[in-house]
Amino acid sequence: MNILEAEGLTLSFGGIRALADVSIAVPQGSITAIIGPNGAGKTSLFNAISGFYRPERGTIRFAGADITRVRGHARAALGLARTFQNVALFRGMTVLDNIKLGGHHRLAAGALGAMWYLGRAAAEESRLRAELEREVIDFLEIDHIRDLPIDALAYGLQKRVELARALAMQPKVLMLDEPVAGMNREETEDMARFILDIQEERGITVMLVEHDMGLVMDISSHVVVLNFGQEIASGTPAEVRANPAVIAAYLGEKAAKQRAA
Amino acid sequence: MDWLLLAEFSIVGLLSGGVLALIALGFVLVYKGTRVINFAMGEFMMVGAYLFWTTHVFMQLPWWVALALTLVGIALLGAVVERFVLRPLAGQPVISIVMATIGLGAVLHGVAEAIWGGANLSLPQLLPRQPFMLGEILVPGQVLWSFVLAVALIAGFTAYFHYSKGGVSMRAAASDPVTAYAMGIDVRKMQRLTWIFAGVTGAVAGVIVASMTSLSPTLGTVALGVLAVIILGGLDSIAGAIIAGLIVGWLESITVAFVGGQARDLVPYLVVLVILMVRPYGLFGTRDIERL
Amino acid sequence: MRIGDFHASYRHDEALFDTRVQRAWFAVLVVALLAFPFVGGAYFVYLACLLGIHLISAAGLNIMTGYTGLISLGHAAFMGVGCYTVAVAERAGIPFYVALPLAGCVSAAIGLVVGVPSLRIKGLYFAVATLAAQFVLGFVFREWESVTGGVRGANVPAASLFGFELAGDQRIYFLIVPLAVVMLLGARNLFRTRVGRAFIAIRDRDISAEVLGISLFHYKLLAFGIGSFYAGVAGGLWGYFFRVATPELFGFPLSVFYLAAIIVGGLGSILGTVLGATFMTMVPEVLRAMVGWAQALGLQDASVFLASIRQVVFGLLIVGFLIFEPHGLAEIWRRVRRFFHLWPFRT
Repeated sequence: MNILEAEGLTLSFGGIRALADVSIAVPQGSITAIIGPNGAGKTSLFNAISGFYRPERGTIRFAGADITRVRGHARAALGLARTFQNVALFRGMTVLDNIKLGGHHRLAAGALGAMWYLGRAAAEESRLRAELEREVIDFLEIDHIRDLPIDALAYGLQKRVELARALAMQPKVLMLDEPVAGMNREETEDMARFILDIQEERGITVMLVEHDMGLVMDISSHVVVLNFGQEIASGTPAEVRANPAVIAAYLGEKAAKQRAA
Repeated sequence: MDWLLLAEFSIVGLLSGGVLALIALGFVLVYKGTRVINFAMGEFMMVGAYLFWTTHVFMQLPWWVALALTLVGIALLGAVVERFVLRPLAGQPVISIVMATIGLGAVLHGVAEAIWGGANLSLPQLLPRQPFMLGEILVPGQVLWSFVLAVALIAGFTAYFHYSKGGVSMRAAASDPVTAYAMGIDVRKMQRLTWIFAGVTGAVAGVIVASMTSLSPTLGTVALGVLAVIILGGLDSIAGAIIAGLIVGWLESITVAFVGGQARDLVPYLVVLVILMVRPYGLFGTRDIERL
Repeated sequence: MRIGDFHASYRHDEALFDTRVQRAWFAVLVVALLAFPFVGGAYFVYLACLLGIHLISAAGLNIMTGYTGLISLGHAAFMGVGCYTVAVAERAGIPFYVALPLAGCVSAAIGLVVGVPSLRIKGLYFAVATLAAQFVLGFVFREWESVTGGVRGANVPAASLFGFELAGDQRIYFLIVPLAVVMLLGARNLFRTRVGRAFIAIRDRDISAEVLGISLFHYKLLAFGIGSFYAGVAGGLWGYFFRVATPELFGFPLSVFYLAAIIVGGLGSILGTVLGATFMTMVPEVLRAMVGWAQALGLQDASVFLASIRQVVFGLLIVGFLIFEPHGLAEIWRRVRRFFHLWPFRT
């Protein structure tokens, strides 16, 4: 079953076609990678699914329901979480507070309850804290930095905190935008391990935008290739790797002809 | 409907909008150059008017000498402000820089009040008072000449920005400082020039307004009303500033004619609230598109 | 020298006062505050009341501007709304324990009216809208004579509790100071919960906040509403304290005063609010004292300059702190504390 489907998505900025009639299907429980050269429309696709950009045409279906009209901030409650290319953590807060924000849509405190604090607000804060420590902080091995301000963290750790925050949302689909960008081999392997655990142990569907082909080929079960805002191939990693259109997009027409020959 | 009254107030309104457009130009210059709304603009106007009073009325220098000295003084103020207030804050969020301009305005206000006192001073009539007759409509001379002066200055600035090397450099530095720097443009100097120009337009506008009304430390509150003009016209559009200036001038005048003098001060602020509801980026402002 | 804080439970980790020493100090503070009016001189009790009002207002402004990033240039006008509401309510015989919350609610309602159109767009536009609100409300204060008394203003009778009049600084102290403590604690508690975290998220990176399920419009409006509520209550207390409401009191210079208070104290920090409000309450008094010395030394006209010097000092404080210590006195305090915690070690 496909947990996320997009059909005929079209998105333009002024004269630039970011997405041109893109249709994708993400199988539930898979790790689906979206790849393509720079400017292919990968992040635009994520942004359309997140709800930041309203596509001119096309529909998006999540768990069978049409969410094209659903406002951006309402998609979190549906089970959609994402991380960003340039780490989008809140610099004015500690790691722990950032992660707690992931739980925002699952909490219920209103202004008055919050100001009074004792009672329901305190209880739900305690519950959230215990749950986050168990399920996210321990899992991602970031307990030693939980009180540090974001600015004090190395880039790799910041990315992990962003992942923690997304996990705190208890999503059904987790969209990761270049999760290993700028990481060395060891950090990439750590991240790969986390992603695999997330998918296997928690049953969360993972969507990746990535340039690191090693990672993509190793862990994804389904790959979609975009170029110039269009989908040019999709299938298993092996299928996609051998696809001449994909080779042409990455290495040029000449290389594609050479491979074919 | 008294058409003659409407016509007369309309024309007066449009013409007095010229000065508003000039002040708006100062705001837009700073915004285009630095992405900041300069809340101290009114105080620049006020200091300019006081400098002129000091040189022309107090020291009895001929008006053109006084004006030159005033402009030099204001240019110095603009440069000092850029170097010692704005440059240290470079890179800080816009909130901080805007609040710094508010603080700066308070400092200038206090200093002016301490030096020149809080009482009203008067500048001599610089603009000819001879009224013009447009058919049956009486146009006060001062209003007409202030409009002419404002238009001349705005035209001068616009020509400078479009046709001179310095002007194009300024626009480049405003639009993309990093690329401009790479092209060999001294971005810091351009920013300093931006503030100097803003100060100069403010000073001239201040002198005009003071000569038409009176001079006191509260002269600057006019500029807060001009915020309506730049919101209406679009924060980064010079053409918008001009057109919006005329529109707001007209609206104020019509309000005086048909509603009463008291409501006049309210007009700019109501305009702001309405525009923000209907079309926040104004008539010609560029919409912010965020890169994610 | 503190070696570390060791907490045995998450609840303990999240508590406001997490060491016995801190709790002891807080208890001492409460006792001191209760005893103060009986031991302090009349002048200091007056200052304490004034400080209490400034604390509540500055807390409201910090919630909006410091934590959520919505610059309000019209805070004084919202205080004015609260003050006039109290004046009108008292005229209708409404006692203070209803009039004060009412003042807060009316202010918040006006805040909603201003906020609904202007919160959909970015920072600077909102600031200009609040400035417009400041002047429009000022106009209303001056012109709506039947309700506000116009330029002459409105008198506010003393707050009375079933006949017991809270006239005089000593008595009104026991209304203002406890209310200030409660409202400050309430503000601090906001930021232990999802509401406060949402505010900070909106300030830092609103797009990320949306992804997390935070409705920007809803929370911005909430921040602005709470801030205006605080302003309204502070304005109402101002009315009961000074017993009068006039349009000049609540003009743009007062808005600048509160902005200075939160910048000097530290944006986005309740400690900063306290430090900044205290500092700004003292500044006019210190200036007045200095002018008094200047006069004693022979400069007869010194008092004429008081108003201008105040403006200059406020402006310099704002610019100075923004350039040299953007995180305000709260950051200086934290540095001092760190120094003493680590002593004799350096870092």
